[in-house]
Amino acid sequence: MSGISGGVDALVVVTLVLVTAAATAAVLTRDPVRQAAVLSGLGLCLALLFLAVQAPDVALSQLAVGTAFTPLLILLTVRKVRRSGRGDPADEDGPRADKAGRGEGR
Amino acid sequence: MNRRARSAVFLVAAAVFAAAFTAACTGLPAFGTSTHPYGSRAVGAAIQRHTANVVSAVNFDQRAIDTLGEESILFGAVLGAVVLLRQARDEDRQAPVPGRILPTTLLLGAGLLPVTLLVGVYIVGHGQLSPGGGFQGGVVLATGLHLAYVAADYRVLRRVRPLAALGAVDAAAAGAFTALGLAGLITGAAYLQNVLPLGTFNQLTSGGLVPLINAAVGVEVASGVVVLLAQFLDQAVEIESPPDGERPQGTGPSPEAS
Repeated sequence: MSGISGGVDALVVVTLVLVTAAATAAVLTRDPVRQAAVLSGLGLCLALLFLAVQAPDVALSQLAVGTAFTPLLILLTVRKVRRSGRGDPADEDGPRADKAGRGEGR
Repeated sequence: MNRRARSAVFLVAAAVFAAAFTAACTGLPAFGTSTHPYGSRAVGAAIQRHTANVVSAVNFDQRAIDTLGEESILFGAVLGAVVLLRQARDEDRQAPVPGRILPTTLLLGAGLLPVTLLVGVYIVGHGQLSPGGGFQGGVVLATGLHLAYVAADYRVLRRVRPLAALGAVDAAAAGAFTALGLAGLITGAAYLQNVLPLGTFNQLTSGGLVPLINAAVGVEVASGVVVLLAQFLDQAVEIESPPDGERPQGTGPSPEAS
């Protein structure tokens, strides 16, 4: 019994260290696009932590929202800001699908 | 308020918070103990209500009023985002031109899309039995649908996403949660009390009101997230904003309106 709980404790410690490392990396990353990717990794680490402390429901929410949804919203926002901020669509990072020439000087 | 006054206010508040938080933490049961007073009561109540997934029993039965508040927050947030991100007077809409798609990507996306949607429906449908539930399954459904965009094209996504209907469905599902709570009042019990027949433990129909509220939440979250993402996608892909210098200041009529 103590062996099992010892193993779980070790898992909790490992995932906690992972979360700390990923969160620090997310804070230290300055470029929003990279930050979205790091945030996605942080979400995955958090999901693993929740799984280790036996909260699969929360882990599922974290996986869906933290790993997929929030980074996607950030990426879309960054793309919109970059498109409207400069005169030229310098969108090498955002989702594709509109390489159409946009009307200049509207 | 100058910098010094602000830091003074912050330090006082932080000190009070630190003291109260430390005092509160000393009263907590130790991490990883064998006695869980709240947990064992929640499990007991869940089993009494024939709900196998205790988390769902807490969310949709024991603390259903909390969840009603959370769902209303999500609904309000989606509504606010739709209002803020709608096409403004000085913004143009340009049809996106499709990029080149690798056939393998298309095949993978077309294969994964139905599987992902099925997983989402499964997670919503088994919310009262196994880990997951309306919220988790709803987000899986909504993000899974966007495989159509990732693997194919924005126009394909628009075809598989009836936006106007989803907006109405979102509102109807949010209202359904509120209305389901009235069942308790009609039978003379409390609002959101679990008054329906409880069924057989560990069956899909077990849990009384829990699977119904769970399904309403699943529909609301799925359609709400799709509508929310649609607004962001619209702005990122289709809507053309004027450059910063040309954007009219203040709230007066835009140059194009005149």
